[in-house]
Amino acid sequence: MASKKIHAIYTDDDLLLQAVKQTRAANYHISEVFTPFPVHGLDHAVGIAPTRIAITSFLYGLTGLGVAVLMMNYMMIQDWPQNIGGKPSFTFYQNMPTFIPIMFELTVFFAAHLMVVTFYMRSKIWPFKKAENPDVRTTDDHFLMEVDADNHDVEKLTKFLYDTGASEISLIENEQDH
Amino acid sequence: MSSHYEAPIREPLVLGEKSYHDISVDVGAPVLGKANKSWWIVFTIALVAFLWGLGCIIYTISTGIGVWGLNKTIGWAWDITNFVWWVGIGHAGTLISAVLLLFRQKWRMAVNRSAEAMTIFAVVQAGLFPIIHMGRPWLAYWVLPIPNQFGSLWVNFNSPLLWDVFAISTYLSVSLVFWWTGLLPDFAMIRDRTTSPFQKKIYGILSFGWSGRVKDWQRFEEVSLVLAGLATPLVLSVHTIVSFDFATSVVPGWHSTIYPPYFVAGAIFSGFAMVQTLLIIMRKVSNLEAYITVLHIEYMNKVILLTGGIVTVAYITEYFIGWYSGVPYENYTYLSFGAATGPYWWAFWALIICNLIVPLSLWVKKLRRNIVWTFIVALIINIGMWFERFDIIVIDLSKDRLTSSWTMFQPTFVDIGTFMGTIGFFFVLFLLYARTFPVIAQAEVKTILKSSGESFKRLRAEHGDDHSHVQTVEEYPADAGPAANVEDKHFDSAFDSTDAETENNEVDFEAHRGKIDNLLSGVGTFDPAVQKQDDLKKISGVGPVMEMKLHQLGIFTFEQVSRMTDREYDLLDEIISDFPGRAKRDDWAGQALMLKNKN
Repeated sequence: MASKKIHAIYTDDDLLLQAVKQTRAANYHISEVFTPFPVHGLDHAVGIAPTRIAITSFLYGLTGLGVAVLMMNYMMIQDWPQNIGGKPSFTFYQNMPTFIPIMFELTVFFAAHLMVVTFYMRSKIWPFKKAENPDVRTTDDHFLMEVDADNHDVEKLTKFLYDTGASEISLIENEQDH
Repeated sequence: MSSHYEAPIREPLVLGEKSYHDISVDVGAPVLGKANKSWWIVFTIALVAFLWGLGCIIYTISTGIGVWGLNKTIGWAWDITNFVWWVGIGHAGTLISAVLLLFRQKWRMAVNRSAEAMTIFAVVQAGLFPIIHMGRPWLAYWVLPIPNQFGSLWVNFNSPLLWDVFAISTYLSVSLVFWWTGLLPDFAMIRDRTTSPFQKKIYGILSFGWSGRVKDWQRFEEVSLVLAGLATPLVLSVHTIVSFDFATSVVPGWHSTIYPPYFVAGAIFSGFAMVQTLLIIMRKVSNLEAYITVLHIEYMNKVILLTGGIVTVAYITEYFIGWYSGVPYENYTYLSFGAATGPYWWAFWALIICNLIVPLSLWVKKLRRNIVWTFIVALIINIGMWFERFDIIVIDLSKDRLTSSWTMFQPTFVDIGTFMGTIGFFFVLFLLYARTFPVIAQAEVKTILKSSGESFKRLRAEHGDDHSHVQTVEEYPADAGPAANVEDKHFDSAFDSTDAETENNEVDFEAHRGKIDNLLSGVGTFDPAVQKQDDLKKISGVGPVMEMKLHQLGIFTFEQVSRMTDREYDLLDEIISDFPGRAKRDDWAGQALMLKNKN
């Protein structure tokens, strides 16, 4: 099915934010917004759910801590319980003070890297990924709002978007949905 | 809008009449333009130093550590001094990007990118020393707990030198992804602005296909915040672990519980000094004075003052405890009467003067805001902090418990050459960075423009806090061709399209004939037969439309624009009334002069 979208370009973030609020209030569906920088409050105005990426980071951190404890317990206490400079190697907790620096570092290492990898995967960005912003000016100083036009009167919607302050409005027709 | 409110007492962080587009232009300019002569001169010097250092390293590894000035008593000297020095320098970058982010300091945005680059490059230098100071560096991989054919022989996790391996590699890799993630939107900006297909390809790969969706930004900000929250304890832990190399030993003068916080404070102290050194030059060379202002320099000087004060307190504590402990061995530690009057007295006093006395001058506001003085103080601190590590390592080792093993240390040319080589390598990396990376986080600076930009602060002062901040920007099509899917500018069937805009683009010749002649008499005429026209769009504030108008007036070259004075600005405003005062505020003449000289 062919899908119709309208791209409205704004030249100011305040204008965009206001337009997003008006468009939502008029019950039009905003399918995407492209901005050159993070606009404070935009995610809330568009109505997207909060991200859970910090929670994943916490879990990854716990994983890192677990890896560190298991690794050092196995190597230092189980496998080769040696006397190195009189350090007590009988149980894990007796020698734990010297393990803490590495427990800490591995916690941070896992939490940071796995979260970043999660971010790249969830946002689908990687080195040879092709950019998908429909207008190159949206990384400079233009703001683009994409509105679904399938079930609406295009003329009316265009007029509405023009009234919200859009400086350019264009109708996009895609052959396939995505 | 009140959301951009900022207390009027705060000084602006972005100077001049900047729009979002101006920020992109200014940040993109060093990347999209060509390197000038002084860049090549400095780069060559750095490259020669680097190659010389590389030679020293190869000589050391192929011949043996004996080519250094180390002896049986003093087994660590310049190698570990330089290691700690470079790690310390790296710490300011993470402090600026992480700690200041947690404290919501807006001024960090103009400096964080370069500070993080400095971190990465400094940690790379630091990372060389643990390898090359090994007697058998080709067995360095044995420090990793990899299952192996020796019955799986593991490493000993009790050693701070092994903690160093984990700390430094975690620090480098986390700093790298933190920096790179922040770079994605800026690479995307370069990708979308460049006209060269090669650059478009390269920055397309570097920017990971960043498109700036609202959901991407939401995640981006959360990731930055969490990484900042992780990097802050990381930066404290890394230099703490480095300090454990000394603090956990039994050497008098090293064995001290004050080291972890004191090393961290010293790291921030020296790191900020290095940031000052680099940024004072960079703001000048890359024309970024509107973003890295005197205010930024003053703020960093205040951090230097604070951490310098902490370091001073630590010195006094060491000095006091050395005496208070009543241990006779402490008489010869690096901060003792023995050190102050012993054979290394000069190193001791260099430390006191460079780190304790000279930075005190920054308490004076005039000196704190003086760029030249800041530069000098920053250099002195870098020297002083090198001496601090040298004093800790060498003085404490030179007079240990047994008088029979007391000795002195003399560096050889290989010690010195290796250190010079790392400085060269650092600058090679930093100079390449300054030419290929967006050195200011433009996406972040754009977020503070309306609250902390000079022009917007002035608007608020004049019109009150509820004044609208919607910017009227010059309409222009995308630099690199038309918008991907847009055929006509407007979807024109829905509403009446007047041609008012296109009419405005025409200069009314007849009405202004006299003024135009007057203007051209001031700036000179253009002769297409002998002169070549310049790309006037390179002047910040001139877009395609304005360029067209200037062309209509007969202004085609930077030379002509550079001759403009107040009289010509006024004439121009009368002829083209779209942006009154714009040419003067943006200092077109000054910009054109610089562009002219660059060609």
